[in-house]
Amino acid sequence: MTGSGRLSRWSLRYVALGYLAMLLILPIGVILVRTFDEGVGAVVDAITTPDALHALRLTLLTVIIAVPLNTIFGVACALIMVRGKMRGKSIINALIDVPFAVSPVVVGLALILVYGEGGWFGADLAAIGIQVIFSTPGIVMAVIFVSLPFVARETIPVLQEVGDDQEKAAETLGASSWQIFWKITLPSIRWGVSYGVVLTTARALGEFGAVTIVSGRISGETETLPLFVQKQFETFNSVGAYSASLVLALLALATLLALNLMRRKEN
Amino acid sequence: MATETQIGTGIEVVGVSKNYGDFLALQDVNLEVPNGSMTALLGPSGSGKSTLLRTIAGLEEPTAGRVLIGGEDQTRKPVRARNVGFVFQHYAAFKHMTVYENIAFGPKVRKWPKARVSERVYELLDLVQLSGLAKRYPSQLSGGQRQRMALARALAVEPSVLLLDEPFGALDAKVRKDLRTWLRRLHDEVHVTTIFVTHDQEEAMDIAEQIVVMNNGKIEQTGTATDLYEAPSNEFVMGFVGEVNRLAGKLVRPHDVEILPVAAADTVEAKIDRIVKLGFAGRVEMLTVNEHSEVWAQLTTTELEALNLESGQLVYIRPKGDAVVKEDTGALDEITTEEDQDPASDKPTAVTPGLPV
Repeated sequence: MTGSGRLSRWSLRYVALGYLAMLLILPIGVILVRTFDEGVGAVVDAITTPDALHALRLTLLTVIIAVPLNTIFGVACALIMVRGKMRGKSIINALIDVPFAVSPVVVGLALILVYGEGGWFGADLAAIGIQVIFSTPGIVMAVIFVSLPFVARETIPVLQEVGDDQEKAAETLGASSWQIFWKITLPSIRWGVSYGVVLTTARALGEFGAVTIVSGRISGETETLPLFVQKQFETFNSVGAYSASLVLALLALATLLALNLMRRKEN
Repeated sequence: MATETQIGTGIEVVGVSKNYGDFLALQDVNLEVPNGSMTALLGPSGSGKSTLLRTIAGLEEPTAGRVLIGGEDQTRKPVRARNVGFVFQHYAAFKHMTVYENIAFGPKVRKWPKARVSERVYELLDLVQLSGLAKRYPSQLSGGQRQRMALARALAVEPSVLLLDEPFGALDAKVRKDLRTWLRRLHDEVHVTTIFVTHDQEEAMDIAEQIVVMNNGKIEQTGTATDLYEAPSNEFVMGFVGEVNRLAGKLVRPHDVEILPVAAADTVEAKIDRIVKLGFAGRVEMLTVNEHSEVWAQLTTTELEALNLESGQLVYIRPKGDAVVKEDTGALDEITTEEDQDPASDKPTAVTPGLPV
């Protein structure tokens, strides 16, 4: 390694660290510090108001519905893309990415156009007593939509990398397709899927744009945690905003931590 | 094992063809593998040997023809119903399972009682000499150990036939030789009808009772090592099995090259490049004067001494009267060698490979 090479390596390292510090570490650190400006008691009070608790419950409910559905869809999609022999794979491949390409606000508007009061199915659904828009189903749909691609995108390369040798071997040993999936395929792609689940969870917890449009932002009814943060911020309740932000951040960290613990346990 | 399944578990391949679009991977292949025998499918890469093996296993569906195992037509049967043991070239070990779990996989999916599964697994661990390694993961094993684990896994379900795709292809030369001797002994113990694919003629001759030489999706010749060496059916077999020289438009074995001090009928003039004596035998390396092609002759020490040759000397050579000779049409130039081919089996270097004649 030459002197100038070492220099450039060091400067690159500091640029990268500085960049992360300015954009990530500093803002999150400030939130952490500011949250406790008025003491722990104020924080506890802020996150135990009925509206805050409702927002937390609604957010968790959304995650609990959206993440498993998107996991099943993502794994199935990846299997079709990598192992399937049918035509039209490139169409699926392009469609998977649509939620990434389209702005969440547009997603929300589109959902209103289809399921809203004046939308295609809105009146029919209302007739049988189901309200989608400005209600929980709409929020869940919006979250499912925007976090759709993660599991498939994380799983596809892993599935390609693993290859189908082990699956073929299991087949010669007498395993059925179902047994092959549960005992061979899924265990060998588990870390790809897990990472996809963590990303999906993070996105489902934090989704703002699409949910803002479809929820109507009714406090204590259709307000998720990110919307709650926004409302507290707008009404100058900074302790409320920071506290709820902290809860959101902790939830996301907890999923990451859970993944890391699982990995460590295995190794 | 398998004493009860031994009867009638030979393999028959009848008129099998396989196309991938325009490419003919197999063309009207007919083959009979005797019950309890060890057969090698030998050929260069792209000769169709692996495709034939995978077709027998059911991993590939033939475009035409039938596959019979134990006299029963299995062509339309799915892989899992064929009861074949298949060993993949790169082991296909279940990486997330221990050695024990790998071997137990087949019996478990077949819902064997627990006690029988564990009894069977330990029996096989013993057979493949991995007894102490039951709790290891495949990543903690050497290449040879992994291959033996794959073999145990394939044998666990008491298959009626055992199919091995380049079983030693990914191993280094030393381990490869040990393993193939071991496989031969194992076969003597378990007597399961076995077919293995190889591109290494020495390997095929060493352990197979029957060798099937394949080229361009067709079977060129089927027979014992001696049959193939002494009576090759064509130029390709002659060139692919055993050492061969190109001499005046003909293919001739090194021990069939006659060296004369003076010109005679049908001789070619050649200059001696090097003489190598190796105890009981010796080799004379020559360059023909007209065509500048390399020719080498294998002689006994007695013959060598009687001829009293020296480097640089001009001699006259021709195939011996009773030699096996094939016309040289250049077909051998089209053989593609496999990337992972053992360099020792390529061209003769210092030591003449001892061919079991």
